[in-house]
Amino acid sequence: MTSLPDTSRPGQKKLGLVIDLDTCVGCQACATSCKEWNTQGYSAPLTDIDPYGPDPVGAWLNRIHGYETGEGENRRALHFPRSCLHCETPACVTVCPTGASYKRAEDGIVLVNPDTCIGCKLCSWACPYGAREYDADDGVMKKCTLCVDRIYNENLEPEDRQPACVRACPTGARHFGDLGDPDSDVSQLVKSRGGFDLLPQMDYKPVNKYLPPRPRRSDENAVPAAKLETVGKADGSVTERFFSWLDKALS
Amino acid sequence: MHPAYSVILFTTASGAGYGLLALLGLTGASHGAASSFAFGATSMLLALGLITVGLLSSTFHLGHPERAWRAFSQWRTSWLSREGVAAVITYIPACLFGLLWVFGGNDTLIAILGYLTAIMAMVTVFTTAMIYASLPTIRQWQHWAVVPGYVVLAIATGAVLLYALATLFGRSGIPALGVITMAGLGLAIIVKLAYWAGLSRMKPKYTMGDATGLGGTVRQWEVPHTSENFVQREMGFKVARKHAHKLRGICLGLLALALVMVWAGFSFGGAAAPVFALAAVVLSGIAVVMERWLFFAEAKHVVTLFYGEQAV
Amino acid sequence: MLAGHFAAAGAIAARDSSASLTVMAKPDSTDGNRMADEPEINLNLKTWDEVKTTTCYMCACRCGIKVYLKDGTVKYIEGNRDHPVNKGVLCGKGSAGIMQHYSPARLTKPLMRVGPRGSGEFREVEWEEALRTATTWLSQVRMSDPRKLALFTGRDQSQALTGWWATQFGTPNFAAHGGFCSVNMAAAGIYTFGGAFWEFGEPDWDHTKYFMLFGVAEDHASNPIKMGLGKLKKNGAKIVSINPVKSGYSAIADEWVGIRPGTDGLFVGALIHQLLKAGKIDLDYLARYTNAAHLVIRNKSGADDGLIARDRTGKVLVLDSASGRPVAMDKAAKPALHGEVKLPGKPARTAVPAFQLIAERYLSDEYTADKAAANCGIKAETIVRLAGELAHAAFEQAFELPIAWTDSRGEKHKSMTGRPVSMHAMRGISAHSNGFHTCRSIHILQILLGTIDVPGGFLYKPPFPKAAPPGLKPAGKVGEVNPLKPLPGPPLGFVAGPEDLLVDADGTPRRIDKAYSWDAPIAAHGLMHTVITNAANKDPYGIDVLFMYMANMSWNSTMNSGGIMDHLTKIDEKTGDYVIPKIIYSDAYYSEMVAYADLILPDTTYLERWDCISLLDRPISEPHGPADSIRQPVVEPDRDVRPFQTVMLDLGARLGLPGMVKEDMTPKFPGGYADYIVNHERGPGIGPLAGFRGADGTKSGKGEVNPNQLEQYIENGCYWKYELPEHMRYYRMANKDYLEWAQGFGFNPNANPVTFNLYSEVMQKFRLAARGHGDVVPPQVHRRRVEAFFDPVPMWYAPFEEAMTDATDFPMHAVTQRPMAMYHSWGSMNAWLRQILGRNWLYMERGRAKKLGLRDGDWVHVTSHHGRIKVQLKLMDGVNPDTVWTWNAIGKRSGAWNLDRNAPEAKKGFLLNHIISDLLPVRDGGYRYSNSDPVTGQAAWYDLRVRVEKADGAAISEPQYEATKRPPGLLRAAMKIGERMMKGRGQ
Ligand SMILES: Nc1nc2c(c(=O)[nH]1)N[C@H]1C(S)=C(S)[C@@H](COP(=O)(O)OP(=O)(O)OC[C@H]3O[C@@H](n4cnc5c(=O)[nH]c(N)nc54)[C@H](O)[C@@H]3O)O[C@H]1N2
Ligand SMILES: Nc1nc2c(c(=O)[nH]1)N[C@H]1C(S)=C(S)[C@@H](COP(=O)(O)OP(=O)(O)OC[C@H]3O[C@@H](n4cnc5c(=O)[nH]c(N)nc54)[C@H](O)[C@@H]3O)O[C@H]1N2
Ligand code: SF4
Ligand code: SF4
Ligand code: SF4
Ligand code: SF4
Ligand code: SF4
Ligand SMILES: [Mo]
Repeated sequence: MTSLPDTSRPGQKKLGLVIDLDTCVGCQACATSCKEWNTQGYSAPLTDIDPYGPDPVGAWLNRIHGYETGEGENRRALHFPRSCLHCETPACVTVCPTGASYKRAEDGIVLVNPDTCIGCKLCSWACPYGAREYDADDGVMKKCTLCVDRIYNENLEPEDRQPACVRACPTGARHFGDLGDPDSDVSQLVKSRGGFDLLPQMDYKPVNKYLPPRPRRSDENAVPAAKLETVGKADGSVTERFFSWLDKALS
Repeated sequence: MHPAYSVILFTTASGAGYGLLALLGLTGASHGAASSFAFGATSMLLALGLITVGLLSSTFHLGHPERAWRAFSQWRTSWLSREGVAAVITYIPACLFGLLWVFGGNDTLIAILGYLTAIMAMVTVFTTAMIYASLPTIRQWQHWAVVPGYVVLAIATGAVLLYALATLFGRSGIPALGVITMAGLGLAIIVKLAYWAGLSRMKPKYTMGDATGLGGTVRQWEVPHTSENFVQREMGFKVARKHAHKLRGICLGLLALALVMVWAGFSFGGAAAPVFALAAVVLSGIAVVMERWLFFAEAKHVVTLFYGEQAV
Repeated sequence: MLAGHFAAAGAIAARDSSASLTVMAKPDSTDGNRMADEPEINLNLKTWDEVKTTTCYMCACRCGIKVYLKDGTVKYIEGNRDHPVNKGVLCGKGSAGIMQHYSPARLTKPLMRVGPRGSGEFREVEWEEALRTATTWLSQVRMSDPRKLALFTGRDQSQALTGWWATQFGTPNFAAHGGFCSVNMAAAGIYTFGGAFWEFGEPDWDHTKYFMLFGVAEDHASNPIKMGLGKLKKNGAKIVSINPVKSGYSAIADEWVGIRPGTDGLFVGALIHQLLKAGKIDLDYLARYTNAAHLVIRNKSGADDGLIARDRTGKVLVLDSASGRPVAMDKAAKPALHGEVKLPGKPARTAVPAFQLIAERYLSDEYTADKAAANCGIKAETIVRLAGELAHAAFEQAFELPIAWTDSRGEKHKSMTGRPVSMHAMRGISAHSNGFHTCRSIHILQILLGTIDVPGGFLYKPPFPKAAPPGLKPAGKVGEVNPLKPLPGPPLGFVAGPEDLLVDADGTPRRIDKAYSWDAPIAAHGLMHTVITNAANKDPYGIDVLFMYMANMSWNSTMNSGGIMDHLTKIDEKTGDYVIPKIIYSDAYYSEMVAYADLILPDTTYLERWDCISLLDRPISEPHGPADSIRQPVVEPDRDVRPFQTVMLDLGARLGLPGMVKEDMTPKFPGGYADYIVNHERGPGIGPLAGFRGADGTKSGKGEVNPNQLEQYIENGCYWKYELPEHMRYYRMANKDYLEWAQGFGFNPNANPVTFNLYSEVMQKFRLAARGHGDVVPPQVHRRRVEAFFDPVPMWYAPFEEAMTDATDFPMHAVTQRPMAMYHSWGSMNAWLRQILGRNWLYMERGRAKKLGLRDGDWVHVTSHHGRIKVQLKLMDGVNPDTVWTWNAIGKRSGAWNLDRNAPEAKKGFLLNHIISDLLPVRDGGYRYSNSDPVTGQAAWYDLRVRVEKADGAAISEPQYEATKRPPGLLRAAMKIGERMMKGRGQ
């Protein structure tokens, strides 16, 4: 099963997330809502060890970083959510000795089977994106499931059949959909906004895409400014000139 | 990478065990049955014992050791699985070989089984090395010297063990063994030197800008979580360059000292030969433990880029 | 008694045994797209057996939530899609609600102190004993001098109840946290345009094209702002954030203006200067909706100097351009905005339109771009460009919504003009001693651009707009406080002049917090941050019982935390007792304040009680209509705790407070808070909830009591909202139909339009008093200050601490920000949130650190005029170089919150509060004002000035206080959460 499914056939469903770095404010909603769902869902339990102690450590499936980039005028800050990218050719699957780590043929979701995982952690070593967190208490590897237990779940309202993190995100910076379908909303979004892959050089072919922060204050998106010419008669203090304009404007 | 003691112990012990096993196989293949029951039995048990202890210790770090058997299933893609398979398969020729070699038997059969055992032992060590060497996420492990390093260190530590056994059983004067042992240790020093020289020359390939796709310089100003998580603990291990260099030196020194011990024992050991030989065992053992520790500690995982490392 | 507690915590984290998730791989199954050996998984997981709606209380934003339950344990919480506040989304805190609810820091039973205050030594008592004790203490006070009870509440969302309770008790010494929070915003807004940034309005997210955000990291409208920003991004609007720190909202802004703290008034003044100079203002809007044309009397040293000129019937006079004479407002065809005119009558006085004074102020050299640039750390070109962008957006991108409406004068309009510029501001503006004036300047900017309550601008949320200011006055004057008598009105209100102040004849404050005194005349929310200091200093008088609720006043919610702990434990030499003899406190968790109280009334968590988010309090309305909501208990408490509101009603009944007992002195609301919510009437037909009123629940706003009201709320998702028809959604300051509807609905006493006060006559009245005019005048010591700061025209002055300390000693500003995933102090006992933010650092700009020889990770001393702390440094680019900052309220006292004594919150985390003085440096005369805004009394947290120097020694933050003991009843914290409940799973 660690053999990867052939995802090259046309029409192959590739479910994934598109994350808008231009909009994410780093509120951590996608991290805690993910933790919350998965603590009782497919990934249960997502154990927290020493939760009230000096050194708590818990398994989470989504983490939000804060970065600064650029120099001088182009310096900027942004927030960067990081979870499994559901890669098309991920070594995290092929290195797994038990077949517990697998990629679903149907929709491309990469999962760990908690019933067969032996907790050797090798898959986490093989993931460049740090998307796998070991649950020391449960003895198995945990990772983003793309909320496989939500997106098809008939016990949820149809509009709730989306990942918990997408459902929670207050800014709408997270989008879920089929990136295998070039006409899907997410594919269109990626196209129009120049969505990119993380570490394409590593050739894991992530399905998830990131939308770049829009350029700030470059000519491209500068907003027009009105010319502010001093009004009123040609001489006098600005106050006098203003009042001369005002008197005229009101008469 | 975090140097986990179970893994260090496993690779050190089983490496030496497989090295010893391979040399015993070759010995059997060239000399027929063991020279004495005691020697044969002791050395065979030591080899298989080390391997078995190593393999068992490698299951210590598993979350579900009781499911370890599942690890044999994915040999088509997984080097870890292949290692498991190879390790288990090796027991078959090794046990048969051991029985015949220790208790006596047909020389041709011993030879065939001896070669098979030696080959399987080396294949197993090779698969172990490949687990690391095949990970695209750690450049330090993609160096050409990783696989030779594992193999040569296995042979060298196996040879030191065999040499020690030989001296203990009063057979310290086998020139070939002395030469092989010293050659093994010498080669190990060369391979490790090459590896570390390689690491020192290694230019970072991926930057934080690549990892985040943001390009240019990227700095982490806000940590995603103030309490350390698994990824940081497992993959974020950092060793100071100065400290690592010191350890490298000590490791090489210990290997060289082991070589000197073997040489000394061989040249004018006499009755004290076992003492020199045991010293060589201890020195090379410690050296390999240090080497393994460094092998992990100096390995930089790409994921550290997300946590503030500028380049790996 | 809590035996099952951690089993429960485990259970919520555990996979449900009945809903098996995975089955063994079926090697031969090849159905669908599944690969031969893919395991079959349960895609239709159902781990819950019930879903209940209620309202989140992980912060004061009050989003609607759906709580998934299984056998009475909470499994999952998600946002309620239909809810007006959050429309389904949920923030980082809200999604961690489970861990709040199951936190081991929860108090479990009433406690009486046995050790010294601060030690954390308590004994458990039964509720009967606790309530009897409280009743005894309180009734003694009520019989002698009700003022000796100070009732102050923090994150109180039931102020309609607590304020009423104080009124019935008869003490004026009541307030909630508003005074240290953002009364500058509330007061400046309400006194200027009858609304406010503070929860009483929001940008028109759908139509705005240009959005300016001043000093906001998170704010109360936590989710709505995030949703709004998302919308702006989608619509391609420009977002400008004015903030010394570039994080969160500022990080995603199109432009970050890294202003130097405390200088926004100057920056905004400079924008106004540019706009006025270029004539880019909405004259029509000014003439219609503001007091720009009102004539202001010029009568130097006269008692009427600076007041608005009125005719004998009280009608405001304006200068009629046609005739050049002062005429009543409604008679002038074209009122002038400039010019001086003689007023009829004697003595001879002249008058000028108010707008002239405004223009003169902002056009003066004080507000040029260069002047601002030098002070604000913003380039002059940037200021000019931003002004140009504002003008472009307001005037060149103006648009019409084809909605016909009628204004208050009866004039019919075919459409509504939109000006797509909106602004929002919060504590970066308010938490300074010049915040009131700065906030007023921002409103002036909005008004000059014609953007308040117009499409694309800043919109009111009903019940706003209200009169500027509303007619409600604070009670507690001489003669109004009497033993065993209720106050004649509520303790909080809006003063309209010196005559409304609560001062004795000699000017001594009547309230313990000195609200509505000459120290802080327009203290519309009280001054909670001064209560403990004043009570300990018996200034103006000593009190007997300090009763607090939901406020961590010995730690993060106070200035000078160390000094406050001393005050709380100060011994009266004469009596040998504490100077503040009795402290009652209600908290739900083991916060730092608990250890300082004598009697603890443990509260429920937000999932265990009824609550009422009332229009009488801080409403959750939307711009397009009023809304309110409830909390319902979705789980039963598993401890001996009681909802605070129910306890208040119980105490009220025991004390026999009017309104809380029937004629036979039996409790009026035996059913507790739920009973009160439904059956209490504030006025005829007006109750805590505005929805589902009337016997059958069909009435909104006003209506008889509906016995099934709560059931109907629950059926509706625990909220109620009312959609205003389109023609009542904008221009509500003068929208006839809206104003008439609002009057009918009970929001306003009349349907009068709201006139915006560019020029504040109320302010001038205080100024006149400072000049000795009128019956109520300030004592000499206060006169200079009142004269200086009660300028009726907004102005900028340097914040007090900056003005009073030496810039070479304390060269930097230090401020805090709200972390998005933490709510003040109360996220640290949350197992998930504390993993995200379990400690804080002090952030400094990289270049500045280099100059100071400081490196990332260094431990440093931060010293203010008041004290010194030791903290760890982190460097970043996106911060004004003159500013250091940290996340607020992360530092904890060792032992508190039932965390390990060596928790990072205590050993690495820190508070700036230790070095924020509660009093200003001594001024001539020796009087020390509180560190607050001189107009409103708003706490000036962000005025703090510091120096930063490298520190040696252990890597531990300072100060460290002795660890408090764990009170009885609190469980030892769990070793892990997420019990391994899947034994045998799959194997
Ligand atoms: N997650 C979360 N949400 C909360 C709270 C919480 O604790 N956590 N608390 C709630 C409460 S009680 C309140 S009062 C609100 C407050 O909400 P905010 O108003 O967002 O309050 P702060 O986080 O204090 O943000 C103040 C911002 O002003 C900036 N600032 C400081 N000084 C200046 C200045 O002089 N000029 C300008 N332009 N900016 C300045 C700071 O850098 C900071 O970004 O949030 C509420 N919402
Ligand atoms: N340095 C600095 N200090 C500041 C600020 C700042 O920006 N910088 N901001 C100030 C501002 S604006 C504010 S509003 C204050 C906030 O300060 P507070 O109003 O004191 O807010 P919290 O710290 O959240 O404390 C509230 C208390 O309520 C308790 N509590 C939580 N839930 C419940 C419940 O359901 N029932 C009961 N009874 N109690 C409960 C908590 O345990 C906690 O002890 O902090 C102020 N302090
Ligand atoms: S929930 Fe949305 S805005 Fe918040 S951190 Fe996640 S992606 Fe960013
Ligand atoms: S992100 Fe990591 S865990 Fe996810 S599929 Fe790719 S390699 Fe595997
Ligand atoms: S930890 Fe589990 S999923 Fe990962 S490689 Fe090992 S067995 Fe496979
Ligand atoms: S898709 Fe589900 S599992 Fe993945 S990050 Fe989002 S919430 Fe977590
Ligand atoms: S903003 Fe977050 S914490 Fe606050 S009420 Fe809404 S969901 Fe709850
Ligand atoms: Mo606040």
